[in-house]
Amino acid sequence: MSDWTRDEMMTVAASRLLWDGCVCFVGIGLPSAACNLARLTHAPDIVLIYESGTVGTRPDVLPLSIGDGELAATAACVIGLPEVFSYLLQAGRVDVGFLGAAQIDRHGNLNSTVIGSYAAPRTRLPGAGGATEIAAHARQTFVMLKATPRSLVGHLDFCTSPGFLNGDGARAKTSMRGAGPQSVITDFGVLTPEPGSDELHLTALFPGATIDEARAATGWPLQVAATVTELAPPSAIELETLRALHVRTREAHSRAVRLPA
Amino acid sequence: MNTQLTTLRDAIATHVRDGQCIALEGFTHLIPFAAGHELIRQGRRDLHLVRMTPDIVYDQMIGMGCARRLTFSWGGNPGVGSLHRLRDAVEHQWPVALELDEHTHAGMAAAYAAGAAHLPFGMLRGYLGTDLPQHNPRIRRVECPFTGEPLAAVPAINPDVTILHAQRADRRGNVALHGIIGAQRECAFAARTLVVTVEEIVDELPPAMNGVVLPHWIVAAVAHCPGGAYPSYVHDHYSRDNSFYQRWDALAREREGFLAWMNRHVLGTADHAGFLASLREAA
Repeated sequence: MSDWTRDEMMTVAASRLLWDGCVCFVGIGLPSAACNLARLTHAPDIVLIYESGTVGTRPDVLPLSIGDGELAATAACVIGLPEVFSYLLQAGRVDVGFLGAAQIDRHGNLNSTVIGSYAAPRTRLPGAGGATEIAAHARQTFVMLKATPRSLVGHLDFCTSPGFLNGDGARAKTSMRGAGPQSVITDFGVLTPEPGSDELHLTALFPGATIDEARAATGWPLQVAATVTELAPPSAIELETLRALHVRTREAHSRAVRLPA
Repeated sequence: MNTQLTTLRDAIATHVRDGQCIALEGFTHLIPFAAGHELIRQGRRDLHLVRMTPDIVYDQMIGMGCARRLTFSWGGNPGVGSLHRLRDAVEHQWPVALELDEHTHAGMAAAYAAGAAHLPFGMLRGYLGTDLPQHNPRIRRVECPFTGEPLAAVPAINPDVTILHAQRADRRGNVALHGIIGAQRECAFAARTLVVTVEEIVDELPPAMNGVVLPHWIVAAVAHCPGGAYPSYVHDHYSRDNSFYQRWDALAREREGFLAWMNRHVLGTADHAGFLASLREAA
């Protein structure tokens, strides 16, 4: 029995991919936890940008929404959305974009729009938000999502955000400025694109996870790299920092807010 | 044009008609909830609602049957999950069918900026590799006349009425807001008519060289409405009620529970002060 959860391992694995000083466009949920864990451990000078226009923010607790007051109050500056999307993102001034999704396919394309048809969806999901242009223009993206055959799928119901399109260099022929998804962190390990085919293949496993488990959780015939690395488990410092962050966050979010008079 | 200093009830009665295109902006911060509730109380119908993130305010308006069309770019309950009333309208046409005009954040930001400048369309290096243009004929391509690069084009957004909430206005109708400012400035200048609710009205605005000031001659009406962004928030006045956003998931999940809540707290109260008082009683 390990003394950490797969969610914690996902967060730690993602945080280790970030480097000190990198300019990172952050999404809510696991990516936000991973980015702040990196900031509180090995990357104190990481520049975190949330799409609400809070730039260089250093929140003490994780935000529930992308625009909590905590993000603005601890930001180096707060800018308008047209600036965020035009001057920073489309202009190529973001190193890493962090994305989640409901579905991903073997070429790293993402769906966060609908399950079923667009005109008559079985499940209407929130939609694109900033993701489509983050996927296109951040210099690289990391994707975090839980692995089930319903999330790692052979065919997307809808492509919200581009990965490598149909693979085999298709993305490189477009005017997207970024290199696309370079790591997909899921709850058995990490998938990365194979040079040439651009197909996601298994390159790293979490301690205790197996190739069979990875294949069973993937909705396409998963290719496995010649060498699969076993990632180091979370260190004591990583775990303590992450858990303390979650404790502070839970406490802050359950605090009663005084209704305005 | 002289700005009217008026009540929210009169501002809505005077400026908003059934069938119009209405934008209540505010990106997580400064969401004009009081105005949304007043539109529901006054029974506006067939509205074309525009907002980047519909949030709970449009979930409520859609569930109460105010809207026929929605222009948006992200329709969830931030950090929580679905907007159940929006989903019910899209998936089951309840209470009425809702036509979607769906974009990305970058696309809507460009459309507002074009609207503010009274240009016909917004342009961006966007909507690449996504299925959205196949389902939205208002997302098109133009070619750069200098380089030949294909770029995305979206029609400018020029709402009949934009409604915002801000920290303060002066008695002439100049409006100042700070904190997360989203696309409010663009949405304000894009509007044919701009209505603003504020936490306080002051004799003179404090000097703020780069604070967002909406000048009085673009503001049709200002209404004093303390707490008008609750359960979203107003920087330096009150915090976002994250626990309300979490509770809304259960409150709005079923039609009956949603209607009972709206009847009690919105239709059953005369104004925003009454709404806040009813929540205090229920707590």
